[in-house]
Amino acid sequence: MSTDSRLDTSKVATSNRTDAATASKPSPAGSLASWADDRLGLATAMKKNLRKVFPDHWSFMLGEIALWSFVVLLLTGVFLTLWFNPSMGHVTYEGSYDQLRGVGMSEAMASTLHISFDVRGGLLMRQMHHWAAAIFIASMMVHLLRVAFTGAYRKPRELNWVIGCILLLLGTLEGFTGYSLPDDLLSGTGVRAADGFLKATPVAGSYMSFLLFGGEFPGESIIPRLYIIHVLLIPGILLALIAAHMLLLVYHKHTQWPGPGRTEQNVVGYPMLPVYAAKAGGFFFMVFGIIALMGGLLSINPVWKFGPYDPTKVTAGSQPDWYMGWPDGLLRIIPTGWESVIFGYTISWNVMLPILIVPPLMLVVLMMLPFLEGWITGDKRDHHLLQRPRNAPTRTAVMVALMTFYGLAWAAGGNDIIAIKLHASINQITYFMRVAIFVGPVLAFWITRRWCISLQRHDNDKLLHGYETGIITRSPDGQYAERHLPISTSAAYSLTARDRDEIFTADGETDAAGVASPNSRSEKLRARLSRWMYVHNVQKPTAAELEEAHHHAAHEAELTSGLNQPVDGHQFDDHHLRDADEVPLRDH
Amino acid sequence: MSNDDHTPVTTHDSQVPVHHEADPIADPGLPPHTWRPTDVDPKAEKRAERQIAAMFIAAMISAVLFVVAYFSFEVGDNWDTFAGMGASTVSLGVTLGLSLLLIGVGIIHLARKLMADAEMVEMRHPAASPQEDRDATIQALNDGLDEAGIGRRPLVRNTMLGAVGVLGLPVVVLLRDLAPGDALDTSKLAHTIWEPQMRLVRDVTGTPILASEIEVGDLVNAAPEAMFPTEENGYPELEGAEEQAEKAKGAIIIVRMDPDEIIPTKGREKWTVDGIICYSKICTHVGCPISLYERTTHHVLCPCHQSTFDLADSAKVIFGPAARPLPQLPLAVDEEGYLVAQSDFDEPIGASYWEREKQ
Repeated sequence: MSTDSRLDTSKVATSNRTDAATASKPSPAGSLASWADDRLGLATAMKKNLRKVFPDHWSFMLGEIALWSFVVLLLTGVFLTLWFNPSMGHVTYEGSYDQLRGVGMSEAMASTLHISFDVRGGLLMRQMHHWAAAIFIASMMVHLLRVAFTGAYRKPRELNWVIGCILLLLGTLEGFTGYSLPDDLLSGTGVRAADGFLKATPVAGSYMSFLLFGGEFPGESIIPRLYIIHVLLIPGILLALIAAHMLLLVYHKHTQWPGPGRTEQNVVGYPMLPVYAAKAGGFFFMVFGIIALMGGLLSINPVWKFGPYDPTKVTAGSQPDWYMGWPDGLLRIIPTGWESVIFGYTISWNVMLPILIVPPLMLVVLMMLPFLEGWITGDKRDHHLLQRPRNAPTRTAVMVALMTFYGLAWAAGGNDIIAIKLHASINQITYFMRVAIFVGPVLAFWITRRWCISLQRHDNDKLLHGYETGIITRSPDGQYAERHLPISTSAAYSLTARDRDEIFTADGETDAAGVASPNSRSEKLRARLSRWMYVHNVQKPTAAELEEAHHHAAHEAELTSGLNQPVDGHQFDDHHLRDADEVPLRDH
Repeated sequence: MSNDDHTPVTTHDSQVPVHHEADPIADPGLPPHTWRPTDVDPKAEKRAERQIAAMFIAAMISAVLFVVAYFSFEVGDNWDTFAGMGASTVSLGVTLGLSLLLIGVGIIHLARKLMADAEMVEMRHPAASPQEDRDATIQALNDGLDEAGIGRRPLVRNTMLGAVGVLGLPVVVLLRDLAPGDALDTSKLAHTIWEPQMRLVRDVTGTPILASEIEVGDLVNAAPEAMFPTEENGYPELEGAEEQAEKAKGAIIIVRMDPDEIIPTKGREKWTVDGIICYSKICTHVGCPISLYERTTHHVLCPCHQSTFDLADSAKVIFGPAARPLPQLPLAVDEEGYLVAQSDFDEPIGASYWEREKQ
């Protein structure tokens, strides 16, 4: 083997890709990246997505709170599983908490007390876990409202809306299974109520109860079963659906507010790397930090004060966690005696209606909203620009009506607490709620819609006559008037960057041969709904109207200038200091 | 800003917004980028850098303090040092929270002050695939199904679907033993452990109750004597699930009122002892133990959903969502003067269920 015949390795390709090997030495990060890409081929996907643009608005952060609190739930939850013992085996508590020492309880309760009193940081993690759960569900709800109020659920995002609704349902069930685990008196009472709900199910109710509890209530199986549902089944589905939710978000690209240069065809904002990654990453730490502070400073679910579960005991003021409150409220305001016996079989309307019928129905209504709206409007276009709530008065009013229903039902769930705090009669509060639950949403709908329409009028006033300066001028003949000045072009553009509403009309109930078209009934309904939805809305001014208004304003200015009064009135405030064109719509 | 996402979009006919008129005001386009103080003033930039670094350093200090707190403060008995919270929990929470919060605020400050803040524009694509892709997919699907030949062979298709469908049976049947054997016997709901001559005992101590020791206006929470087995009373020891189930069903309340106040019910005239009357403690709504007694009105209230029962009138529901009165336990006294049951309840206690009238 002579030196001549030695292979010149410097010319051998470093990879099997088509391009020639590079002689230059890559940076460590670069070589790691190419090592990974040789095996994973991620560069093609990363090329677009690393600098993917996300629009910026404070309301887009609400869903992020939900995402990050879910991560906190996973982290704190794993910590808790290291000590928690999901067993209903009977033990005598011998831990550090004086008042319960020597008391018989389940191992689940005893290990919860152990985590709370004998593991350093254990109570902190328990409280963080519980706070994070409350924040998870609350932020999902507020995020849902944001999406609905801005019309972000319209095509092509309807399916992501449905996924979101399922996430809310699963989050709620996850919360219920979680707070039932300590097997304390309060949660045990909740589980017993849940047993009552199961038993109210027609035909199979008592079997469902016996199968879930492994026999007659309370049995010895419910805690381990809830545990595996809580730590494996539901979190697994939640994770998968959250992944789908995020993937669809990336695929559709985020919606944005209309404004100068922000159209249906583009998305304007900051790139994922570095700004959005930094903001989102930083926000994770903030959410985590705030939950840690809450866990350290604010007591939540002090199970040691309730004591272990005993099926013969109950505490006054028994309340489920807040997100279970609204079905509980409906349960409380059902009038006395709604139960019927048909052919010898008992049907408990008093439990079925508020628990087994209305909440699932509400969820279905919620999921159907974008499809219903799409059907009524007949709008098949993709929508990436958000609508201000006022510009969809009927949708906004429907959401507020649903919120009012929810809020009243929720308040009814605390009727005993309200009665104590306000020194009111619980019966009268309940009677009031029975009426309010029907009247409230209707009132809320009507007020909201009128309110939205007034705001639309106000927008048009601003467009046509300018904004109110607060400057009062006196004319030579003694007349006082407030001076209006035109708003900036960008603000005016933002106000007009919306579609005109078109009322759908069903034309031709019968075809040429006089035969009723098979769709005519649904089309007529659709036309009526479309009319109901849009007929009172205020449309944006036309170009001609704007032209005329500007002409009018110019004429006025001319008149006043003839009076040798060149000031526009703003020499006395700070409006000249700002460049009005740069003030975005949302600051007005 | 130079990737292929910024090329004009090709859209399907139905996807383009329909403009029936020109926008009344033309789009003035993106406003020009304005510079921040940190972009133009090196002093402001340095200041921001120092602020951010200070936050990160404070976060480190806070994390170290967490470790110090972990080893300095005891848990256990000292769980309510500060305002009902233990020193350990409070200090761990505050140091961990501050550390995380400072990192988060620092990173966001960095993003807002020092990272480039020029807005970028990216073009959108329609969510739908191009029509040729759709056609190709349909074609591929049809080709695949065609080659499988499932459509042409209904016998194979139907038996395959049938086989997979019938597989649902094992899945369902496997769940049968969630409540194994006679644990699934729902007729247990109709009975409690009460039997003739069983004594009523106090629910905490298990001591039998003399009829004479209950005053008018009293409410006593009680249990069946069988829940407190001794050699003396001879009841068998109950364990685990069975004990819990019987405890959950057998709980009762005993009240004494002026016999004249009791509104007699047909068939129940002999169920009381000198104004002592006994009902199931389990609410007929969804099964919470009722607890709040108002002696002047003889009303008892369930704290869960506020069903209210009039104990003087066969525990009739006078308010709230419950539909049925509380089941009444027929009472008697034994030769020693202790309260005993005449029999079990004559109906299932607790929440309603489908077949309760049939049992």
